[in-house]
Order: sequence, then structure tokens, then C-alpha cells
Amino acid sequence: MRGIVSIAGYVPYRRLERSSVTDFFGKGGGAGTRAVAGFDEDTTTMAVEAGRAALDSCPTGRSSVFFPGDEPMAVWLSTASPAYLDKTNATVLHAALGLPEEASAYDFGGALRSATGVLNAALDGRGTVLVTVADRRDGLPTSVDEQAAGDAAAAVLVADDGPGTPVIAEPLARASLTTELLERWRAPGEACSSVWEERLAEGWYAALGQRAWERALAAAGIDGGGIDRAAVVGMHGRAVAAVRRSLGVRPGALADDLTATVGQSGSAHGALVLASLLEQAEPGETIALVSLADGADVALFRTTAAVAVWRPVAPVADQVASGAPIDYARFLAWRGMVTPEPPRRPQPARVSSAAASRSVPWKYGFVGTRDRSSGMVHLPPARVSASGGTVDDMEPAPRADDLATVATFTVDRLAYSPSPPVVFAVVDFDGGGRFPVELTDVDPDGVAIGQRVRMTFRRLYSAEGIHDYFWKATPVRSAPSAAATRS
Amino acid sequence: MASHGIKDRVAIVGMGCTRFAEHWDKGLDDLIVDAATDALESAGTTKEDVDAYWLGTAQSGMSGITLARPLQLTGKPVTRVENYCTTGSEALRAAAYAVASGAYDVAMAVGAEKVKDAGYQGLNAFPVPGDGTARTLTAAAMFSMVAPAYAKRYGVGEDELREVLARIAAKNHANGALNPRAQFRKPVSPEAVCASPRVAGTLGVLDCAGVADGAAAAVVVRAEDAHRFTDRPLYVKALSFVAGSGSGLMDADYDYTWFPECATAAADAYAQAGIIEPRRQLALAEVHDCFTPTELVLMEDLCFAERGTAWQEVLGGTFERDGELPVNTDGGLKSFGHPVGASGLRMLFEAWLQLRHEAPAERQLDTDRTLALTHNLGGYPGEMVSFVSVVGTELG
Repeated sequence: MRGIVSIAGYVPYRRLERSSVTDFFGKGGGAGTRAVAGFDEDTTTMAVEAGRAALDSCPTGRSSVFFPGDEPMAVWLSTASPAYLDKTNATVLHAALGLPEEASAYDFGGALRSATGVLNAALDGRGTVLVTVADRRDGLPTSVDEQAAGDAAAAVLVADDGPGTPVIAEPLARASLTTELLERWRAPGEACSSVWEERLAEGWYAALGQRAWERALAAAGIDGGGIDRAAVVGMHGRAVAAVRRSLGVRPGALADDLTATVGQSGSAHGALVLASLLEQAEPGETIALVSLADGADVALFRTTAAVAVWRPVAPVADQVASGAPIDYARFLAWRGMVTPEPPRRPQPARVSSAAASRSVPWKYGFVGTRDRSSGMVHLPPARVSASGGTVDDMEPAPRADDLATVATFTVDRLAYSPSPPVVFAVVDFDGGGRFPVELTDVDPDGVAIGQRVRMTFRRLYSAEGIHDYFWKATPVRSAPSAAATRS
Repeated sequence: MASHGIKDRVAIVGMGCTRFAEHWDKGLDDLIVDAATDALESAGTTKEDVDAYWLGTAQSGMSGITLARPLQLTGKPVTRVENYCTTGSEALRAAAYAVASGAYDVAMAVGAEKVKDAGYQGLNAFPVPGDGTARTLTAAAMFSMVAPAYAKRYGVGEDELREVLARIAAKNHANGALNPRAQFRKPVSPEAVCASPRVAGTLGVLDCAGVADGAAAAVVVRAEDAHRFTDRPLYVKALSFVAGSGSGLMDADYDYTWFPECATAAADAYAQAGIIEPRRQLALAEVHDCFTPTELVLMEDLCFAERGTAWQEVLGGTFERDGELPVNTDGGLKSFGHPVGASGLRMLFEAWLQLRHEAPAERQLDTDRTLALTHNLGGYPGEMVSFVSVVGTELG
């Protein structure tokens, strides 16, 4: 049996109140919030965070997943907002997750629908595949996309059922219907999508979705009443609502589709909602996901007994509940819709690709070195020990998954940053080692000596088209509710 | 293996120092020519009679030609040196050791920096291609982490420490106000320092050194030759230098309340000079007050105050112009300004004026002590270079 072994969503920390758009412009906006990627987050970094959470949620641990048999895990990334074209973004995930060079890494297409296709391909394929999907959705100020869309990522670990990779949800049936219709499009290089008059696609999607739904149910040999949890995703809000109404599932089976809190997160949304459904599911449930993007895709899953022992480390519900507001002015600045004057300081130079190539475990994996004689941890890695002076007697000291404690901190109001001020701390890792590091997802007055932080993969800045990926620290936030418990 | 020093083997016999300012009307060459010409005149010598030159500039130019061209030096060994903000002091070390070695009879150290042409606030290092993982914090932010750490370790209240730091800034501005060569000539009240716009942590803009253009120069000869140039030479008693390994940044035991590189450099300098009680023996100290917490901590690293007591000494006025040990009588980096490559030699210039009793009457120290200390640092807490010199008017 082949299926989903683990799954996780990633919802960035900041939330825009949709009403703040109305407050500013007198129009646009709406009710609820949308998730907003940090100024230092792109689809690649969000996919890394989702991937880490999915792997860490495996009860068998990462190492059994990396080499389930003789074949190492593959990592795939699908996004409609790639950080790079030509260059594979999944190789950044590969490096950040510390995968061996035998592990393959591929990007999949720019269209929103590719996210559905890539999960299907993994489920139909072989080996262990970490499927990641991520999106960062922009819309012009006051547009529907600005408020209804959201930024998020998700990761789905797909494998054959085995001792190291127990499947928690197996595919039950699938249906996919396609016809050509231009209803949403975006030329390469443009930030915002265009849409045709939305009534054109509303009925088209409704009909297609209905037919795909019926085909999937027929293939599974069940009717709508046999569905325990269902969700419909898609950027076309009216079509999504219409298909939801037509599913014929039991009252209560229609799940929260996260549009009121996160927003429609494009490429990420199907897997994000699926993560949220599986995080609440009991063994033996039938889960349905309908995706409307250039056609209709229906996927039915059945949860296994293993779902009961699967322990998501970062449930979507917790992430949704623990966000913090961002004001509309800063949101516009982060999205490049307004450009505040930067500090009068030089912008960072581009990263040297040559230097970065020698630094992959450190830069992407946050792996330092530990002196075998003295035990002193060196961050960044070193050849000569600062304690005892031994040369080339070091072992790797991975610290990306260690928690750390703030020893001291400051707020730099002069340094260059894409979003000043820079909040900065000296942190001591639980496993040993000290590193001065920028903090993120934190307010300048929200830091204290003794605070607990964890590491998060971020994009520090971009220069000459080169993105500088490295790690920052962010406060550990305890889950605000018991939302993780299954309902 | 030991640091022997060159006590009383070389002497400074001439110095020059431009005003430190936003010299919009002067280029690097102008500043170099002004400082070097003044130093040569002061020593009563000519550029032809100087055998070797060292130019300290952090990033206003590269190679010895940056000095040889504006001064039109021909056939001379001219070297450019750089060591962060101790660059000017590094030029002096090189010149002093060259003379002490017997390689040359007369050497000149020039420090110069044209900071204000960059168009940015603060100081900026030019970028070295890297992997993008090095932090890009400002110096102000790195040094701002000292204040809360010091307050916590020694149980000083936040407001109390804020007042201490403001007093340091106000002292140096008061000194600079008397000095026609200083960048800032206006006294600044402690209240104004506290109220200044925040730059980093609890530090306001008035906790930070002035950013200025400037140059300074010194002529160095063998001690036995000194009186051929001047009847009041300054003998070099000690030159010490320590480059940190950067381990403070990854050492969980480092607590940001002191600068080990400075304490080590000071101990070496005192050993070279035979100084037992710096606070009672020195006429003055010129220290690297890049930010107010830096000067506070230096008072302890340089053994002017016991650990954990400098803040009380500041409040007690120990380091004021009329205090027991005047510190930064020329205004310091704070109000004299900080053209990186020039600052180390600017400090020496103040020692030159005060120990020779040549400072203008309104700011000449009334002292019979004959020794002065200059302290120059570069880098950040945890990753620092530090220089200490002691000079004096008496042999022995």
C-alpha cells in the first residue's frame, strides 16, 4: 500500500485584518484575516518549514525516512510563485533538509494546478517523496485577490507503507476533469493575476466539479453520505462555494477551508487543508479534497490505524491561532506595493555563489562543528578549535532543530534591512554552541533575556537577482489552545 | 617568547593633525598633505629626510601609493596598513618598530580617512565576497548589547546606567567644545543625550562617535636622536596590540561586560612601560569611545577602575577634565569625530599637546605627570582588535 506517511502545513506568522484595507481605501477588504509571509519568506523558505514539520511528525524520525530502503527520499516543489526560474528551488530544500546527494530534487511547473498534479504523481510513483507546495499570493490594493488570497505552504510525505514509513492515509479514489478555459492568468514577471469576468467560470467550475465528484464517489463505491470530512479549494471563491453546496455530504462533514483565517493560498491550499483535515481525523475516516484550478480534481483518502499514533508537531490549527497582526502599511511595503525610504546605509552585496557552494551544510543546513577533544561547538564551523587548538578534529554539530535561549539582544535601527529595524540576539543552543543571530516574526519590544527561540529558514535579502538564504531565530510560542487534539 | 616592548628606544618628534570635520571641500589628498606637512614642520624636517612611511587608512585608498602620490615621495618605502579602527595606531607601530630595528633613522606614520564621501550614515566596511551568512549589524548595535549586560551583571538600574552613559557623552562633548580641531564644538547636556533618537538598543545618536574626515601624522626617530629634532620629545614607553580570535561570539561564557582583547593589550602595555598604578601615574588617557558603553567598560579593562565600579567613578567625576584621571580631554571619538584611519594618531596628538604643555590655555591640563595612554580598538564585542600605547616625556 502506498499513501501519505506524514503531512504538515506552514502558515506564516503575520495576519492582515481584511477590514484594514477598507479602513485605508474606503473599499476592498472584507471579513476575517489573511496570512502574510514575512518579508524574509518566499515559497522556498515556507516549503522548507513545512517539509521540516512533516518529517518531524513522523513517529519513526527523519533518518528512517531519508533512507527508507536503498533509495533516498526525493523532494519535489510546486509553486506558482517560484523564487527562481531556470534554477531549481527544490535543491534549496534538499540542502536545508540535509539530504544526501543521491536524493533527487525537482520543481514542478508554475500553474496553480501543478500542485495537485505533483501530489498525484507522488502517489502514483515509487520511493519516498516529500512533496512540498507553497505560494505567496499578491493582488493589487483593494482587489479580491489581495484580501481573499493568503500565503502558506504544505508538505506531504508519500511512501510505500513500511516499518519506517507507516501510511496514515491511503488513496481511495480520484477523478480529474479538464477542459481549456482562460479564467485566471499571469504573465511571467508579473506579481498579480488577472481574471476574466468571474461569472464565466463560476458555472463551468460548478458543473465540472460536480461531475468529477460523482466520478470519484462512484470509483470508491460510496455516496456523499460516506464522506467524513470534505473540503473544496480554489482561487475562484464563487465556484468553490457552489461546489461546496452541491457535494451532498453529511452536515458537519464540510470542513473549515481556512479561507476566513489564512486565505486561499493558491498552490499550497489543497495540501494545507488536507493537512488540517488529517490532523483531526480518526482511523478509518474517508476524507475528500476537491480542487478547482483549470479543471476539477477530486481525491478521496481513507485514514489508517497509523493516523492515531502520528503526532503532528505543528498542527495547522495551532499555527492559525498563534498569528499576530500586521498593519496594512507594512503589508503594502512587504509586498512591494509601496516603497518606504530605506535606511541610509549600503545595501548588502550579492552572495558569492562560489563561497556559498563551499558552505552548503552551514548556510543551508545550519550545521556547525564540534571539537571532538574539548566538546566546544563552533558556529560557524571551524577547522581549528577555539578551545584547545586542535586542527581538523571536528564532527558535525547540526543546530537547526535545537532550541536556544537568548543571552542578550538589541534592536538595530540603522542597519540595512528590507524591513527595519533589525532585531538581533546572541543565543545559546541547548546542545551547546552560541551564535549571534537575527530574530524574525518578533516585535522590537517582544524580546527578553532568557527567552526561548527556535531556528527558521529565511531569505535574508536579494541582490542582483540572487537570494541570500540563511537561518534566523524566532520565539518559541506555546500553542494557545488544545486545537491539536483530534475532534 | 615574550613581549619585550621598545621602551625608550624611539621618540616622537613631530606631529600634525587636521581638524576632524565633514570636509566637503577637502579630499583625502588634501587631508594627507595638511597633516604630513604640519608633522614635518613640527619636527623641523623635510619629506626627503624621512626614510620610510606608513599610511593607515581603512578604506580610503589602497597601497602606499595612496600616500606617495599626494606627498610626491620618490624612491621611498611607503606601506599602507589596515587593522579596523586601530588602523592609525597600526601605522605608528610599524614606523616605531622600523626605527627601533635600526632599519631606518626617520619614519613617518600617517593616518587618514575620507568617510563622508560615501553618502551613508555611520561607518561601512567594503564588502568582501562571502556566503551571505555573516551578520550585517551596525557597530552601534553590537556595542549596544554591552549596556544591558553590564547593568545586569553589576546590579545597576537601567535608568542609572542611562545617566552614566549620558555623563560620558556630556564629558567628551564638553572637552570637544574647547577644542578647535574637534568635529562638534557644542556642549551637550546629559538630558539631551538621553533624549536623542534611538539608533540601537538603548543607545541614541548622541551615544555614538562623530563620523568625520581627517588626518594625523607623526615623525618617529631613535630616542638618542630625538633632541636633534625637538627639545621635548615624547618617548614611546609601550606599544601593545591584540587581535581577538572571534571566539567571544561563540563562547557562551562571554558576557559582554568587558573586552578581553583590551584587558590583555593593557596588561602588556603596562608591563612594557613599567606602570603599576595607571590611574595615579597617567596624566591623561585617550580611549576609544566609539559608543558610550565602550568607554565605560574600557575604564575597567584599562585598570582605571575596579570591575563593576566604573559607573560609580563616572558619576563621581573621576575621568572629567579636572578629575583624578582625565579621559578623552580632546573630546574623544565622541566629539572630535572618528575618521577611522586617523583616530589612533589623533589620540597621540592630544598626548603630544598635553604632555608638552602646548594645548591652548583653556584646555591645557594642570598636571605634573609625564605619561599618557592611548587606546584604540576595532571590531565588536567578542571579535575585536585592540591597541594600547604609553608615551612619556622622561626617559627611564
